[in-house]
Amino acid sequence: MNKNKEQLLNKRYKAEQRFRLYGLSAIFMALLFLTIFIFKIFSTGYSAFQKTWLIVPVTFDAELMMLDQNPSKEDLQDADYYDIALKSMADLDPNANEDQENELKRMVSYFFEKEIKNELLNDPNLIGKTKEVYLTASDDLDQVFKGNYPRDLPEDQRRVSDYQLKIFDQLVANGKVESKFNISFFTNADSREAELAGIASSFMGSIFSILVCLMIAFPVAVLAAIYLEEFAPKNRFTDFIEVNINNLAAVPSIVFGLLGLGVLLAIFHLPRSTPLVGGITLSLMTLPTIIIAARASLKAVPPSIREAALAMGASRMQTTMHHTVPLSMPGTLSGTIIGLAQALGETAPLILIGMVAFVNTIPGSPMDPAASLPVQIYIWAESAERGFVEKVSACIMVLLGFLIIMNLFAQIIRHKFEKKWS
Amino acid sequence: MRKNGVKMIKIKAKDVDVFYGKKQALFNISLDIEENQVTALIGPSGCGKSTFLRCLNRMNDVIDICSVKGEIFINDFNINDKSCDVVRLREKIGMVFQKPNPFPKTLYENVSYGPTIHGMAQSKQEMDEIVETSLKKAALWEEVKDRLHEPGTGLSGGQQQRLCIARAISVTPEVILMDEPCSALDPIATAQIEELIDELKKEHTIIIVTHSMAQAARVSQNTGFFHLGQLIEHGSTDKIFKNPDNKKTQDYITGRFG
Repeated sequence: MNKNKEQLLNKRYKAEQRFRLYGLSAIFMALLFLTIFIFKIFSTGYSAFQKTWLIVPVTFDAELMMLDQNPSKEDLQDADYYDIALKSMADLDPNANEDQENELKRMVSYFFEKEIKNELLNDPNLIGKTKEVYLTASDDLDQVFKGNYPRDLPEDQRRVSDYQLKIFDQLVANGKVESKFNISFFTNADSREAELAGIASSFMGSIFSILVCLMIAFPVAVLAAIYLEEFAPKNRFTDFIEVNINNLAAVPSIVFGLLGLGVLLAIFHLPRSTPLVGGITLSLMTLPTIIIAARASLKAVPPSIREAALAMGASRMQTTMHHTVPLSMPGTLSGTIIGLAQALGETAPLILIGMVAFVNTIPGSPMDPAASLPVQIYIWAESAERGFVEKVSACIMVLLGFLIIMNLFAQIIRHKFEKKWS
Repeated sequence: MRKNGVKMIKIKAKDVDVFYGKKQALFNISLDIEENQVTALIGPSGCGKSTFLRCLNRMNDVIDICSVKGEIFINDFNINDKSCDVVRLREKIGMVFQKPNPFPKTLYENVSYGPTIHGMAQSKQEMDEIVETSLKKAALWEEVKDRLHEPGTGLSGGQQQRLCIARAISVTPEVILMDEPCSALDPIATAQIEELIDELKKEHTIIIVTHSMAQAARVSQNTGFFHLGQLIEHGSTDKIFKNPDNKKTQDYITGRFG
């Protein structure tokens, strides 16, 4: 009898040990996947925050720029920079033939002419002088410099020619290639040229979408939750509504995209590809999440608080507004932020309402066309150029950072403002 | 309190029935409650004494499935009548609950809440006075006067309950309902509250539901004994405890059941 008991006890301890082991290995697996995922993104993406520049001597020849003596500011604006730009690139190799001159031109970004122009506009005294100017390297050379380019491929399978590589290596040897922090990644809108593409447009698009979403979803959801929880009679009709709110939360997001397309764009003719439409569509998606969070936190307010207020002669409205709602706010707010974070990462509905369009301007209001961060990731991931690979990872890093900050904020609100009741 | 030797009746319940859905919780309760006296309602768990108490300030309205029939007159006004405004009613009838339930706000806000929503103070100064007198009447002022702006939930259980009493009397109600106010408290805190009840009856009519017969005997002048939703007997506390008419009352008091 006693021995049996001993065995049973041992068995119980062993079972518990096994269970702990399973739990630990589950956590270990989850952490492992997360680490691999983050490592992969960081190792691919970190180089996008650096940008390669070629330092090229440019001679600001007044004649070539078609400038008269003592040119005014407008003259400088209108001057012709193409010839001096071309010439300064061609001068990198005095022996180049016409084809090679063309190849030299393609070693820098498409807008190198503009960079030279800005240099002169900043300092008009440069006319007639020669100055070393920083020119954005082409995206392929950028990748070569970062060591991401397969130089050993046969020449006809590469976009960079042997000649370009030879000149580039000479420049590197002379210290005329430099890597600097890539500010334009944060200040530029999207571009077809990987070296110039930035996230400013999609970042602003995301912010505007989230703001529109918040302004619509939050008040509607909170009012709905308060009504359902505090005022509505409990009957079949409210049960039916409750079930359908839960159903709404489970609807795939692409369906909301179709709704936005069919109703907001086709019937109300709201401007296409704008954060306004994106925000409204996302708010439909966020609505049930916030309602559910708000109802849960209203339910968590102890009934004794309501009774105390009612017994003091507060009306139902006063009880709700003075006591129940303020007490439920931390939970509601953190639910809202989590809902918004979900909306921030949403891609499918935005693609359907046209926020996938190529936008090379930075939106100034929710009525301007824009992309959003996840859609930007999608657009870049589809692009063929090698330079976009690191941009995708960099954009994911920005999006993840944004999400982590929002979730952190939700946690802080929950811990800091949650009141303890007796 | 008697005027010309006649007991003043503050509350008069006539044929009150309470139903939770289809289940009847109270049967035909008729009970008179005297002004400026403490009336104790005693009886075993689930006998309906709390339900009856909650009828007196219409707190049963909050429960969807609960329905109350019959008439309850307070100052000769039927509170179950359609013309009765519950907000005004509850201003006149304060309530203290079983578990201390201060608002998770400061002590000051707890006490000033009632006067604020009923517009009883014209200035900050008046409000300060109301808060001070209420806390003094609740015998809490000396303990908390230096921390009025700290959260009420930081007090001990007994202090919290006195805070709830201060909150209840801040609107100078005519009647105070107490639903087992000491059941969550230790003996010392209980003694403090009982002393307080004795003091408060000078200005208020008090009805207290209690599980402790000793408490009923100590604090009340009148006692009603409930059993299975019926009011078995009521009368002066002396009589109920020393010489009850009904055998069930006798059995309960002597601890045969309950």
